[in-house]
This record gives sequence, structure tokens and C-alpha cells, in this order.
Amino acid sequence: MVRVLINVPKQVRSGEAFEVKVLISHPMESGQRRDSQGQAIPRDIINHFVCTLDGETVLDAALFPAIAANPFLSFSVVAEKSGTLALTFTDDQGVTQTEMAAINVV
Amino acid sequence: MIRGFALVIVALLLIGAGDRRSGYDDASPDTRAMQDDDDANPGFLWVKQGENLWSEPDGKAGKSCVSCHGDATSMRGVATHYPAFDGKRGVPITLEQRINFCRTDHMEAPAFAWDDDRLLALSALVGTQSRGMMLAVEPREPFRSEGAALFNERMGQLNLSCAQCHEERAGQRLGGSRIPQGHANGYPEYRLEWQGMGSLYRRLRNCMVGVRAEPFAPDSRETAALMLYLAVRANGMRIETPAVRP
Repeated sequence: MVRVLINVPKQVRSGEAFEVKVLISHPMESGQRRDSQGQAIPRDIINHFVCTLDGETVLDAALFPAIAANPFLSFSVVAEKSGTLALTFTDDQGVTQTEMAAINVV
Repeated sequence: MIRGFALVIVALLLIGAGDRRSGYDDASPDTRAMQDDDDANPGFLWVKQGENLWSEPDGKAGKSCVSCHGDATSMRGVATHYPAFDGKRGVPITLEQRINFCRTDHMEAPAFAWDDDRLLALSALVGTQSRGMMLAVEPREPFRSEGAALFNERMGQLNLSCAQCHEERAGQRLGGSRIPQGHANGYPEYRLEWQGMGSLYRRLRNCMVGVRAEPFAPDSRETAALMLYLAVRANGMRIETPAVRP
């Protein structure tokens, strides 16, 4: 389980874009480095990030090396009604994690 | 009595506080923006981990931090006094060492290694309770003088002292980065270079390795003295834990 911090506004207006901010604790090992023994350190990055709002995909991102450790993602979403934002990400070890955030439309 | 004494010290130090610059002031706008926004500051990943650890029992005594201290918000102001003199051990100890002594003495749990993420998480949690408050560390002798001597002493193959970079050449450039004045007011801090969180000891170790000196051991008297001197030198500056630095 990696640590994730999600920030969404407490209340959003229907049809108006709001900002979603996500901070994920992950080493994002690039695969280019070697350890003290000279052995290549295998790549381990979050390679896929999907955000859905009540099942509908609102962001589908492919991630590549050269992104720093503990990536910070920020993007805009428009919601018409209240629902649940699900953030799912997968890393090179095949670990998938999903975090939820409630969206409250007023 | 002790508190009154501390206030006098702070008042005296504030006179010279104007020309002191936090590492924040010398950081790039991008780095400052990261620290300004708690949602973008990766240090808060450690603070969050610390919140979880705070109430997690560990050790033979079956205690957690909550058992003695209650809510973490009760720790407001605590970080302003560290390193604090520990009568039992006869040396000033850092917040991280205090947490480890809590573990060994009261929780009967093994101490964390100095670079353990869990230790950094707990000290980040305690430190951030004092964010915005002024450092008010007791300038205990002879440790402060010993620390001051070490600060001005040349060391390593490069034969440089702390003061040569962080006082004489502060504000100038080393490669692409500006040399800060070296005030320890944001530890533990998230350093972009480290891609992670680190304590003041890690920073000192980095500096000592950088001048090709043999680093002082984490529990040595030299480290304790140097850290105390740095804290006293930064007295009156505001705590930024968890700070973000380049």
C-alpha cells in the first residue's frame, strides 16, 4: 500500500471545471541507475494512471521514466452531479491501487 | 523561569534576525510553490504516515504515542526547543533522538535507524505542529561553543569549514544553485535532490561527504554540538517543517 494524498474541493458547481490534486508516494525508479555493486536497478515506475467519475473515464494517462519520485498530478474535471472519483494506478511490479474521493455537486 | 529565560534569548536574537535568510528565501519560485501548497508538498506524505504511526502500539509495553501524549496537536511548540538538553544522558538531543528514547525507555520498542522513514514520519508530524512558530533553543554550554568551533573548523580533503560556504559565501552560487545560509528551520525536509525526506543529520552528512571529510557518527558529541549550534544560530526564525528544498 503506497500513501496517497488526494485533494478535491469540498463542494463543486455543476458543469464547472474543478481541480484534482494527487500526490502519490512512489520511488519512480527510472531503470537507468546502478547500485553500489554495479548492478542495474530495475525500472519501477507508475506506468498507468486512470481517473473515473462514477465509472466514466475522465483521465487516462501513460507515465514514463524521467518523472521524479513521489509524483504530483494535477488535472481538471467537470462534474454534472455528485459522485465518486476513483483514482487507479499501476506500477511496473504489477501492483494496482485504487483510491476514492467523493465529489459533492451543489 | 526557564520559559522567561528562553524569551529573553529570543528577544536578543531577534535584533539580528533581519539579515538572516531561510533556505526558502533562496529557493527557486517553483520550489517555494511546492512548499506553499500543502497538497503539492511531498513532505506531507510523511506527515500522513506519522499520523498513522502516532496511534499504532509498538513494543513490549503495548503503548503508542497516544498513550502518553494524546492527540498529536498536543505537540504544538515542542519542536521549537530542540535540540534540547537531556539530563539523563548529559547531551543535547534532537527530536528524532527524543522519539527513539521514547521508544526504548517507555514503549520498550527497538530504536529506529537514523534514516528510517518511520522516524522521519514521526518527527515530521511533531515538527509540523510548530510550523510558523519561532525557534527558541537553549544555548547550552559547553555544547554551543563546541558546535561553533566545529562550524568554523576546516575539514576534509577540500579543507573547507561550514562557515566558508554558509556565511562567507552565502548567496553566491555553487554550480547552478544558490548557497543558502544554512539555517536548520525546516527539518525534517523534503529535498528534491534526495527525492525523499531527510533529517538535519542527513544534511550534515551530505555536507561532510561533499568536502570529503569522514562524517561524524549520528550519536556523537560532535554531531550533537554542531546541531545545537545551528539551532541556536537560527533561533527566532520560523519553523517550516516539512520544508521543500532543491
